[in-house]
Amino acid sequence: MATGEVVHVHAAPQGFIRKYIFSLDHKVIGLQYYFLALTAVFVGMFLSLLMRVHMIWPTAVLPLVGEIKPETYLSLLTMHGTIMVFFVLTTAPQGGFGNYFLPIQIGAPDMAFPVLNMLSFWTTFVAFVVLLAAFFVTGGAPLHGWTGYAPLSALTNAGPGQQLGADLWITSIAIFCIASLMGALNFITTTLDLRAKGMTMMRMPLTCWAWFITAILGLLAFGVLLSAGILLLLDRNLGTSFYVPLVVVNGQIMGHKGGSPLLWQHLFWFFGHPEVYIAILPGMGVASQLLSTFSRKPIFGYKAMVYAIMAIGFLGFMVWGHHMFMSGMSPYSAFAFSLMTMAIGVPSAIKTFNWLGTLHKGRIRFQTPMLYAIGFVSLFVSGGLSGPFLAQPVLDIPLHDTAFVVGHFHLIMGVAAIFGMFAGTYYWFPKMFGRMMNETWGRVHFFITLAGTYCIFMPMHYLGMAGQPRRYSQFTELAYLQHLIPLNTFITYAAILTIGAQFIFVINLFWSMFKGPKSSDNPWEATTLEWTTATPPPHDNFGGRTPVVNHGPYEYSVPGAPRDFVMQTDPASVRTH
Amino acid sequence: MATLTPTISINDPKLGHGGSGVHPPAFDGGDDGRGDNGFPDYSQRLRRARLGLLVTLVPITMLFVSFTSAYVFRQGLPTLDEHGTYVRDWLQVNLPVTLLLVNTLLLLFSSITVELARRQITRQVALAPLHSIPGVSIGQERYFPWLGATILLGFGFLAGQWMAWRQLADRGFYVATSASSSFVYLLTAAHAIHLAGGLLVLLYTGTTSLLHRPVEARRIVVDVAAWYWHFMALLWIYIFALLQFMR
Repeated sequence: MATGEVVHVHAAPQGFIRKYIFSLDHKVIGLQYYFLALTAVFVGMFLSLLMRVHMIWPTAVLPLVGEIKPETYLSLLTMHGTIMVFFVLTTAPQGGFGNYFLPIQIGAPDMAFPVLNMLSFWTTFVAFVVLLAAFFVTGGAPLHGWTGYAPLSALTNAGPGQQLGADLWITSIAIFCIASLMGALNFITTTLDLRAKGMTMMRMPLTCWAWFITAILGLLAFGVLLSAGILLLLDRNLGTSFYVPLVVVNGQIMGHKGGSPLLWQHLFWFFGHPEVYIAILPGMGVASQLLSTFSRKPIFGYKAMVYAIMAIGFLGFMVWGHHMFMSGMSPYSAFAFSLMTMAIGVPSAIKTFNWLGTLHKGRIRFQTPMLYAIGFVSLFVSGGLSGPFLAQPVLDIPLHDTAFVVGHFHLIMGVAAIFGMFAGTYYWFPKMFGRMMNETWGRVHFFITLAGTYCIFMPMHYLGMAGQPRRYSQFTELAYLQHLIPLNTFITYAAILTIGAQFIFVINLFWSMFKGPKSSDNPWEATTLEWTTATPPPHDNFGGRTPVVNHGPYEYSVPGAPRDFVMQTDPASVRTH
Repeated sequence: MATLTPTISINDPKLGHGGSGVHPPAFDGGDDGRGDNGFPDYSQRLRRARLGLLVTLVPITMLFVSFTSAYVFRQGLPTLDEHGTYVRDWLQVNLPVTLLLVNTLLLLFSSITVELARRQITRQVALAPLHSIPGVSIGQERYFPWLGATILLGFGFLAGQWMAWRQLADRGFYVATSASSSFVYLLTAAHAIHLAGGLLVLLYTGTTSLLHRPVEARRIVVDVAAWYWHFMALLWIYIFALLQFMR
């Protein structure tokens, strides 16, 4: 490095442990988050496979778990939800891609607080290990669902998994909260303080906006979940009565009195609803980025997109009550929550129209990342449209706790967010690993996954309307649900196919990492800063230089420009929109 | 990992034009906390640390906002007793007010001492360049150990809180006696843990001063710790007021 350039707060590490294990480099930490989430998603997916198989063959003896008893089913369901929501949907889009690309896209050498960044990953890792430990303790994993509703979650003798397993679950969530808060702190400070010269807020790529707003949501929401978790631990272990009223369990009066299970619901959902946006906003950012890049058009309505992200984030804090319409809340409160929920449809629709506007008359390049971005929009619309149904108390009351809700949230916050991650993986893989992923297998993976997820989750809406409850371990013997068994069988076969297709992705990922064709520095002819640097980027991202930004992030097909794209660092003399 | 050696100096305003599809970035000193002169930019780092602290205070505030809303919710909640009648089970906690007032004074006093420590080290930083000028002597200024005083007062406050817990227990208010007493222990403990975090940071700055870290680096830690400490004092006053006036 040339003299007189202290360009990086920490020098490039040499040893293996400092380089790949306890690394301070945001890129390595981003990959650590990514691979943690990849591990977690396979665990979570395996659990869902066990549940789907059990649903149609209830007496089958399954590998690793044996015969599934009702309580086993509930623990599978709890762990599936918890792993997927926290360790996949929160970890990969924000911790993984955000960590890797936020600093590069704003022209910074690293995150604002690299040590904190490392701590936040390793704390997340510990949280994951603690959660998995719940499988291996007496009584097994907890039964209370990912929402951990009291009093079930607050009583240690309420079921086999409610002993140590539930304590481990709460502890894991509390550790995860602290990790996420550290991450959010880093993202916000980095975005506000480390942007390169010329990178005004309104020149940031929409991915950065999404990560930034997501971090703010996390900052406000995870503290509340932490507080709820602390109260729950106190109720379980110190005999307090925050959540537990006078209850009788198995004929025995418990020592608690006067607490309210509703308190848990309020605190949990005050976190829980913003959490949905924590999962989906980064996906929206990636979709916006890719739709513009692969349509070779500026994003339609950049400012509207930014304000829509803000509005979604803001409104997300006002709607937690729509998860509690069944709790006997005052109809006036329910009306207010319903109205606010419907209002979220407005910024969501703005985003959708802008995505379609971006595609309209674009010179679309249907490469794998673009397919996933379009798939994201499709799933966002399909899953989102059932939102306004569930937002109305009069419809939610019959649909609540049915498979309709399962179909709704899996489409919108589950699979749509996962499509965002797939899009991000195929798009940024060349930058991360210097090689291209296989295009053919990418397409195969896309079409099976898209069709598969629709086959799994669309029919669930019908199941729900026909009255099939969620969380029931066995319903094949219930007369009124007999006619739904063929549809359930279809869903299970679709799930097996879709899960099988994910191995195509994993093989493609690892094969391409070592054997894929070498990539150029800017294979997609994109404009943002990560494509201006070497592949993979050097330790300080820009090789001792700081980029100066002269243009917005989506300058495609600029009239009179020498190429059909103007990079953000191109000279200011190039006229753009 | 590849390290690139830049071919253009960092302040060169010229823009590079790559011929092969990618324009290399334009270069500038930037404003990202690295100095142009080979030395870390401490004022930049201080600003960043302060921003980081400000952001940190948000979730801490949210944690206590959340506890407060649980407090208000639980206080107003009627509950069914064994006979199926609605009762209120909220017991008024008889706080050891005198002791808590003494603790409050200790904490307020420590807030003053930490502020003096902060100003002292700011002055030290301002004078530091003069030391390196040959022939300039600014005399040996005697520094009062304000930081040490703050640490002592902080431990005093924690000990006082522990005594307050003992007094509460003597009066028959245990963690699970009533929801109200649960909240008293919860809020004081949550505050104490956060304060103990601040104490650890202050102890760390004491250690770094022994390790002869540059005064500019120490100043950043002291500055941020001081603001955090003021916030802790404010938070305590809020908690005390809540527990005393919303019994």
